[in-house]
Amino acid sequence: MAGIYIHIPFCKQACYYCDFHFSTLPGQREAMVTAILSELEMQKGYLQNETINTIYFGGGTPSILTSGELGNILEGINKNFSIAKNPEITLEANPDDLSLKKLQELFQLGINRLSIGVQTFHPELLKYLNRAHDEHEAIHCILMARKVGFEKINIDLIYNIKSDQHQSLRYDLTKIMELKPEHISAYSLTIEPNTVFGNWKKKGKIKEVKDEYAARQFELVAEVLEENGYEQYEISNFAQDQKYSQHNSNYWKQVKYLGVGPSAHSFDGLSRQYNVANNAQYLKSISSGNIPATKEILDRKTLVNEHIMLGLRTMWGCDLELLKTKYEFDLIHQNENLVDGMFNKGLIKLEKDRLLLTKKGKLLADEITAELLWV
Amino acid sequence: MKNIRNFCIIAHIDHGKSTLADRLLEFTHTVTDREMQNQLLDDMDLERERGITIKSHAIQMNYEYENQEYILNLIDTPGHVDFSYEVSRSIAACEGALLIVDASQGIEAQTISNLYLALEHDLEIIPVINKIDLPGAEPEVVKDQVMDLLGCADEDVIYASGKEGIGITEILEAIITRIESPEGNPDSPLQAMIFDSEFNSYRGVEVIFRVFNGTLRKGDKVKFVNTGKVYNAEEIGVLKLQNTPKESISAGNVGYLISGIKEASEVKVGDTITHQAKPCQNAIKGFEDVKPMVFAGIYPVDTSEFEELRASMEKLQLNDASLVWEPETSAALGFGFRCGFLGMLHMEIVQERLEREFDMTVITTVPSVEFRAVKTDGTYQEVNAPSEMPEPNTISHIEEPFIKAQIITKSEFIGPVIALCMDKRGVIINQTYLTSDRVELIFELPLSEIVFDFFDKLKTISRGYASLDYELIGYRQSSMVKLDIMLNGEKVDALSAIVHRDKAYDWGKRLCEKLRSLLPRQMFEIAIQAAIGTKVIARESVKALRKNVLAKCYGGDITRKRKLLEKQKKGKKRMRNVGNVEIPQEAFMAVLKLD
Repeated sequence: MAGIYIHIPFCKQACYYCDFHFSTLPGQREAMVTAILSELEMQKGYLQNETINTIYFGGGTPSILTSGELGNILEGINKNFSIAKNPEITLEANPDDLSLKKLQELFQLGINRLSIGVQTFHPELLKYLNRAHDEHEAIHCILMARKVGFEKINIDLIYNIKSDQHQSLRYDLTKIMELKPEHISAYSLTIEPNTVFGNWKKKGKIKEVKDEYAARQFELVAEVLEENGYEQYEISNFAQDQKYSQHNSNYWKQVKYLGVGPSAHSFDGLSRQYNVANNAQYLKSISSGNIPATKEILDRKTLVNEHIMLGLRTMWGCDLELLKTKYEFDLIHQNENLVDGMFNKGLIKLEKDRLLLTKKGKLLADEITAELLWV
Repeated sequence: MKNIRNFCIIAHIDHGKSTLADRLLEFTHTVTDREMQNQLLDDMDLERERGITIKSHAIQMNYEYENQEYILNLIDTPGHVDFSYEVSRSIAACEGALLIVDASQGIEAQTISNLYLALEHDLEIIPVINKIDLPGAEPEVVKDQVMDLLGCADEDVIYASGKEGIGITEILEAIITRIESPEGNPDSPLQAMIFDSEFNSYRGVEVIFRVFNGTLRKGDKVKFVNTGKVYNAEEIGVLKLQNTPKESISAGNVGYLISGIKEASEVKVGDTITHQAKPCQNAIKGFEDVKPMVFAGIYPVDTSEFEELRASMEKLQLNDASLVWEPETSAALGFGFRCGFLGMLHMEIVQERLEREFDMTVITTVPSVEFRAVKTDGTYQEVNAPSEMPEPNTISHIEEPFIKAQIITKSEFIGPVIALCMDKRGVIINQTYLTSDRVELIFELPLSEIVFDFFDKLKTISRGYASLDYELIGYRQSSMVKLDIMLNGEKVDALSAIVHRDKAYDWGKRLCEKLRSLLPRQMFEIAIQAAIGTKVIARESVKALRKNVLAKCYGGDITRKRKLLEKQKKGKKRMRNVGNVEIPQEAFMAVLKLD
């Protein structure tokens, strides 16, 4: 079992918060698809013949590609890898790209999961984020996708955009509930340095939302979604009826994956590598037969730390038994006083050899993780 | 001997002593232009940067005057109250002194006290008004001050500018014509006084001395009277820019001695050198074993660097004999050293030298003076760390060191200066107008009150127009208490302090507030308490961290987030942990700057 991630590094316009790798110049699109097909060919041995059960188009904006281009890439994957019977094939899409015709074509290609970048239903906040769509397009495309036959839809939500948003988060949540997606990714806005927001923050034009407020919003999201039958299976991810994102879950469970395209990350169980985050350099390198990747071999300590970090964020928790047997690392014993304190304050809990964050603990996930890391 | 002149320079910090000294070296061709580097005498980097002389040095110049060759020994003196004993020994080695006063600043306290020292030793004083080229210079006004102070004649005062080279020839002439040549008998038993020493990593300690009587020859067996140690004079010589070896040094002259001494502590400033075989009758008067005034713990930031810190301290002590230390353990900080310093500047210098010369990062704990816990039978125990304080019921009372402080300021600042001293539990003893707008104030103050930020405050309230000098006058009974700081109920020994009972509440409150602002919010709430014994007198709390979670962990980029968290953890590991509370390094420094 393994996954393939395809990074499509193009966007119509730059969202002010986004620090993923993309270019707003569409000129090299065809060349990029060709290069991605070449890289798939070059990397066909990377996953050591494991069966592929998830394919994920991320970006950038993968919905910018034509159905023909997406079809070619899927074909390339098919040609070089053995695919499971009913793979999960996800496409990240922006509402403004999803016409009825496009949706039908995507469905025909076998794409069975859409992750739609809605972010908010507030027109003024959409503008503030510099999104290309409006709230009507968002609602409309989801209703159409249902008609076409998509059974797995994820809605991306961003909150804590501004501090006076309290009422509006309830509004966004209400709207989402009306649309009944199977999956919701709800991200509290993080202002990253190399973004427009990051720049504004540096200049003092905007400030990060205050901790107390941000924490209450985080709790509100979890509360409302839980009431409506969603399970918080990861800090920022919610699913109905166990319709988890298999692809993302595999990241968190340290399953192997191959990332193709500029800036894409790969993991083969023992090492991680990532491609150069620059379209021109990527194209040049691939055309000369080299994969422009930086590689990091993971030692025992690093694997343990990844397991702690990733496990704690999910409802499956951190597998203490696995840490002991596979890595000879006794997490509780290493941090006795600390773990006791966290138990007493109700930040963590133990369920069948698995260490889990409580509701209260989730808000401090990074703090708790950092304390427990092995350095 | 009649062509030797031994002199020192008395000046306040920044009054241009070093620049003027450089000019003297230049005019006497002691240094070539190529060797000329500004402020040549201050050869430690730190000294040059701070523009002050920490350790004194000596240098010999040759100068021809009216067809006669003269030997001029310039003995440099440190310019800070922490080193006043060293100053007194340097002065004792001279027959004359240049009194340098800044033409715009006028006379300062430090200058006056050193001047009195020089007058006590019957030194001929040559007043020099320096920096006359500066726009704010008021040489006439300053000259009046100087004449008042010395009772000298108008024509005795020399106008100069070290920077421009004005007045240098006149100064050299005055040194030769006005300062007396040294007295003494080169054929008497050897009697020489150590007034400085310097550490050379290849040759050991270089002893710098002035011969009063007799002659020291290369290869002689010499004895240091106060330590009783005997050495072989392997090399002797005079101090030019470089050491110049000689076969003998006779009465009246200044020189150096190298005899493979490994530790600076064997060489005590003020000690007498004599011949082992034919010793002098009397040692030179005025020798004192210099005792530290201020004590503080020094700990490595990284606990694993303790041995490295020990090695660094040992090396530092090789050329700083006044630094004393012994190992100490703190529950909060681990293994470190209890150190004794001559004063706060000395403490800062030691800390800076550890950081610069040895690349150590250290935590310095609350400085303390040496208290005396007097028992019911009248005997006493010395207490120089809060942890050494006996239980109150086992002692009769506590005594603390008092000083006599001399402050010179402009008359408009008398009010604020008196207020400050009263606030520091001081009592005013005397007030004298030196001129119509310069006042000398004498206070008696507890030493413990001035070791922190007294001098900074004095400078602030007087807009820089105040100078301070002080001397220890003895121990007096005081109502001192040990104030402890607790985090989540656990004592942080490194934050304890011995303070006056009347000030304990204020101190505790301010320290708790300061800690609240310095302790990072953590997973749990932190209770900060200040207590005397079991009685809590102040409290604050740091609320638990509410949120620390990055929303995104996504796109398969696991490495970036892992590295971020590992970095966070490493930061935590550098902090000290007491009662499950992580304490950053700054918190231990907080007590030093409470305002």
